[in-house]
Amino acid sequence: RIIAMAVRVLVGCKRVIDYAVKIRVKPDRTGVETQNVKHSMNPFDEIAIEEAIRLKEKKVAEEIVAVSCGPEKCQETLRTALAMGADRAVHVQVDQQQYESLQPLAVAKLLSKVVEKEKINLVVLGKQAIDDDCNQTGQMTAALLGWPQATFASKITLVDDKLEVVREIDGGLETIQVNMPAVVTADLRLNEPRYATLPNIMKAKKKPMEKLTPSDLGVDITPHYDVISVEDPPQREAGTKVDSVDDLVAKLKDKGVL
Amino acid sequence: MLSTWRLVKGLLPRLLLRHQSVKAAVEIEESVVNKLWSIVGEKNVSLSMAVREQHGQDESYHECMPPGTVVWPTSTEQVSDVVRVCSEYNLPMVPFGSGTGLEGGVNALQGGVCINVSKMDEVLEVNPEDLDTTVQPGVTRHALNSYLRDTGLWFPVDPGADASLCGMCATSASGTNAVRYGTMRENVMNLEVVLPDGSVIDTAGKGRRTRKTSAGYNLTNLFVGSEGTLGVITKATLRLYGIPEETASAVCAFPSVQAAVDTSTEVIQSGIPVARIEFLDEVQVDACNKFSGLNYELAPTLFLEFHGSKSGVNEHSDRVAEIARDNDASGFQWAADADEKSKLWKARHDALYADLALRPGCKSYSTDVCVPISRLPEVIVATKQDIEVFKLTSPIIGHVGDGNFHCFIILDPDDEDELKRAKEFGLRLGRRALAVGGTCTGEHGIGQGKLELLVEEVGEAGIATMKNIKQTFDPKGLMNPGKVLPGFHIN
Repeated sequence: RIIAMAVRVLVGCKRVIDYAVKIRVKPDRTGVETQNVKHSMNPFDEIAIEEAIRLKEKKVAEEIVAVSCGPEKCQETLRTALAMGADRAVHVQVDQQQYESLQPLAVAKLLSKVVEKEKINLVVLGKQAIDDDCNQTGQMTAALLGWPQATFASKITLVDDKLEVVREIDGGLETIQVNMPAVVTADLRLNEPRYATLPNIMKAKKKPMEKLTPSDLGVDITPHYDVISVEDPPQREAGTKVDSVDDLVAKLKDKGVL
Repeated sequence: MLSTWRLVKGLLPRLLLRHQSVKAAVEIEESVVNKLWSIVGEKNVSLSMAVREQHGQDESYHECMPPGTVVWPTSTEQVSDVVRVCSEYNLPMVPFGSGTGLEGGVNALQGGVCINVSKMDEVLEVNPEDLDTTVQPGVTRHALNSYLRDTGLWFPVDPGADASLCGMCATSASGTNAVRYGTMRENVMNLEVVLPDGSVIDTAGKGRRTRKTSAGYNLTNLFVGSEGTLGVITKATLRLYGIPEETASAVCAFPSVQAAVDTSTEVIQSGIPVARIEFLDEVQVDACNKFSGLNYELAPTLFLEFHGSKSGVNEHSDRVAEIARDNDASGFQWAADADEKSKLWKARHDALYADLALRPGCKSYSTDVCVPISRLPEVIVATKQDIEVFKLTSPIIGHVGDGNFHCFIILDPDDEDELKRAKEFGLRLGRRALAVGGTCTGEHGIGQGKLELLVEEVGEAGIATMKNIKQTFDPKGLMNPGKVLPGFHIN
């Protein structure tokens, strides 16, 4: 089985608040507290990078380019991607203030331009970011590029220049076949990402990292919607104990549930 | 004369205590509760029986002994203030981390205040260039390793449960990696401890994090393994290691326990730096197969892991494969990829839960002897014979590289005779280990179940010294009474 095309992969890495952190809403309710809070790579993006690296180890992928859009600190996230095994990184610089309102459509436009520049034919993204939970960037990127999309992937195989992807859907698992070039978004069970090891972290410092701006790519990142407020979920109230089934039924009737 | 008097004074009440059924948790006075409220806030004090029962037991078979109240301090100052109040009112105190102990260490034998430190859950400092980190007691080992994942570092001590790291300090825990990376004893650089009088000390000095020291008495290692009887640990500075570049795992079955254990001792004696070498008897393999969906041969088995560079790992594994073959191993099965390796070690870590699943509704009584490796084969063989004689359900699993193994005896908590047989079996096993220069507990601690074995192990003079230390730190005997040392409880 000969794979005709050289697969060049782009992986998106978003720097988000670490999943283990207890999130606190800012007192002015405009957002969540991000100062002095641990950040790390979006877990679904770690899975995406891992999959790209496995494709490279199987000699299916030729080169992996990791991309992140945001302020200076995104470079830490890119270095992690490089340490895991990506070959090159591209940092699309967006200043802190603009970053706070950077939305999936803008990111999708930026990624599409990088795809064209780098002659990418496979985009692997996390299915969603754990901070905004938008689950839109992959789909929008595919639409902007005019490429097929295979979202919520739990298994990816390249078969005769087509991608066979098993998707996680409500009803179970769905297997689809998409033509290349394509956009895939990674779901939780796709793989278990490797850890960056010290020697690889050292090597990653020497891998190339290109810095671009949205205007270099000719993209307008103006947001299209505003966040009006961010609030804590309502506090859980105490329940009441009941002594018998009759008691339970009576209480449920009182509440209009029965 | 004085020591005899102390011995009598200490022993007699304890003998009496044994004959009472001390089940009722001592209720805490309102004035004390109010004081606790003012220290940690009302939300962080619970008098609810359900919560107290949760805190009165761990993962052992020991009967639940609830404390009078549970408090959740959120800072060292609060811990210190709580300890001062308890000391003032002569209330027993029991520190509580993750409740995953195996020796009944958190059971509040005399009621009192359970100090649950799990809300102090921050990783305070990570110094990747110095390979150290400082954590609060609510940080568990998985939480720390997840936090560290982008640094290329990890904390390798890995007992089965996702235990609190400070709890691991308190029990001098160890795990499957100890053969390569050491136990808690070798990996704790500094501790912040609240002493029974409420004062706070840093065992190596505040903020000190050196890889070695010879400054003054080694207080750090005094507290490692003290099981909450000398103070409450509120911070730990730990050594970190580089995540291995390459790992390779293998499973190897043997025709006999002797062959498997001989292989492991020969591997250690050849100086091969194996990272993990775990023994499972056929009963344990069966339990793991069923619980974790594996399919290993039901025979005495070794699970092995090698860490290092690619060439190093290949060299080590070839040499070990050769030793195994010389001992008639029936096959060396490599775990091919990351997912398979992960599954293998998860199954190993879930061993206790797998064993409990063999007889649902049962509890586990685990033994923890550790002997010089050359004596391991004879000790394990004799132990297996005893299991038959005593008619117990007991898989055996062990860190054979350290000479340490566990019998996870699964017993029906309502079957008094079975418990009696298990205890006698445990006592015989403890003594068998002591007889060959071993210890009755390699990593779980003395807790409340091995007090008499400790006396046999360290001897009268040793126990007297330990008691002197305890008396110095905790003259009122309020810190976790009834654990580790015999004869300490509230007057």
